[in-house]
Amino acid sequence: MRDSRWHGRLALGLLLAPALLWLGALIVLPHVDLAVLSFRERTGPRVYTPSLAQYKTFFAEPLYWHVFVRTAIMSVIATFLTLLLAFPIAWIIAKLARGRAGSLLFIICLIPFWVSETVRTLGWMILLRESGVLPALLVKLGLTAVPVELLYRDATILVGLVYTSLLFMVVPLVSSLESLDNSLIEAAYDLGAGGFSILRTIVIPHAAPGITAGCIVVFMLTLGNYLTPTLLGGKNSQWFTEQIYTQFITRFNWEQGAAFGFLLLGLSTALVMLGLRASGQRFGDVMRRT
Amino acid sequence: MIPSLPRPAWLRTATAAYLIAFLAFLFLPLIVVAVFAFNDAPYPAPPWRGFTLDWFLGNSSSGRTGLFADSELLGSIWTSCIVAACVTVLSAIVGMTNAFLIERGRFPGKQVLSILMLAPLVIPGVILGISILAFASRVADFADDTLGLELDFLRPGLPLVVLGQFSYIATIATLTISARLRRFDRTLEEAALNLGASKAAVFRTILLPYLRPALLGSAAISFLMSFADFNTTLMLVGADTPLTVMMYGRMREGATPVLNAVSLFLMIASVVLALTLLRRGGSPRPKPDE
Repeated sequence: MRDSRWHGRLALGLLLAPALLWLGALIVLPHVDLAVLSFRERTGPRVYTPSLAQYKTFFAEPLYWHVFVRTAIMSVIATFLTLLLAFPIAWIIAKLARGRAGSLLFIICLIPFWVSETVRTLGWMILLRESGVLPALLVKLGLTAVPVELLYRDATILVGLVYTSLLFMVVPLVSSLESLDNSLIEAAYDLGAGGFSILRTIVIPHAAPGITAGCIVVFMLTLGNYLTPTLLGGKNSQWFTEQIYTQFITRFNWEQGAAFGFLLLGLSTALVMLGLRASGQRFGDVMRRT
Repeated sequence: MIPSLPRPAWLRTATAAYLIAFLAFLFLPLIVVAVFAFNDAPYPAPPWRGFTLDWFLGNSSSGRTGLFADSELLGSIWTSCIVAACVTVLSAIVGMTNAFLIERGRFPGKQVLSILMLAPLVIPGVILGISILAFASRVADFADDTLGLELDFLRPGLPLVVLGQFSYIATIATLTISARLRRFDRTLEEAALNLGASKAAVFRTILLPYLRPALLGSAAISFLMSFADFNTTLMLVGADTPLTVMMYGRMREGATPVLNAVSLFLMIASVVLALTLLRRGGSPRPKPDE
């Protein structure tokens, strides 16, 4: 008996070791270290003192917090647009397409996202740059006299971000809409409800968990995106992750970069919490749903 | 609205139009990338100047460096493959031990640990990258200062890239594998034990075959995600550049259609992998998942 208990402990220990090593050495300790970095200041060669200087710089320098706020606002807009664009397609997949057509359409919608973001962004660059496909088309159609540069605009960044995020919205929306019983909609219709009030009082409340899950994931990914804003926005992108990169890699100012990293992490965590609170859901459930 | 309710003609037309526009939006960037891989021009831009295979087969004699002669690009594909293979093996092992830990283990703090396991998915990749970079450097500096050890693998380079990608891909592997383990019928295991099988035999002959689809699925997803990762990799990369970082660098400079050629190759490879996986009944979704 005692022997088997000892075996159980050993097994538990062996299973626990990889998990603790992974989370401890790659997640928890690095973030603690990042926090320590962000709260110190270099006062001489290899001499550091604890200070709030990095955070002070962030608030004192308009460029930094402008970029921060801009990134947040653009991310919110991108999330909202993604939801708007993904909802009808999720509805078509979950409710309108019959039998195999639905799952086929679903797979077709997933395919582009198996290809890496770099490739998709390359596609957008070829489409939108001044010498690209769409400007040439606009000239041919007589809409513009000369090719216009469609890259390096805020709208372009938004298009790119929405495009990369679609999948993470469509998947949770489809699964939450599939579980909605059609007879509820039929009953509402028979009782005289119009399309809009059915949407507002039945569909949206039912799909709320899926909507929240999708919005949270999309917001997070957009906020932390680097590739799409820098390539499609060029020098005008002013994305916060770019600031982190500049501080960390280009300027080698790790203290400042760490503070920026923490601010971004704080913003992302705060909005995830807010979303969860607003919809009354638990973190674990949302992550499993998406 | 749903098919069982009357839908006015304008709504049907609008739905169809939306579907077509949506699919065009999804596939246009990919189609453009594929088409311009065959354009006989020095840049991936219109007009169409005729069909060529130069961007695949070209070598110094034709004056154009095609994909198969571009040793830098081929080298980065190989680098990406090595990194992805390491990440896949590590994630599969840790994903499996985590699945047993979460589904079978009973120990204090399990709830906290299982929430912590989800955390890597909500931390932006850039921040995972810088925190691991900073922490690894600190450990390396410490080893250098106190013990005089040169721990080169903790400096920016492929081992750190592997660790950085593994830090969040492990979560996805854990979720995929534990979702399947949760549905396992424990009476099968008990029956085998009652019939005198050893624990090792039960694991090898019953559990492992049962978990095989989830293991293969999570391996495929891990490989693809590692191959496509950009944010975390960018922060940790050293002298050897994986494909995404190499492509990014070239895209900023305005590259030749050889990038289209390599993208086409990536598209075909990932779609083939995705469709094989779908056929086998694994999860078709490429990211934070299941």
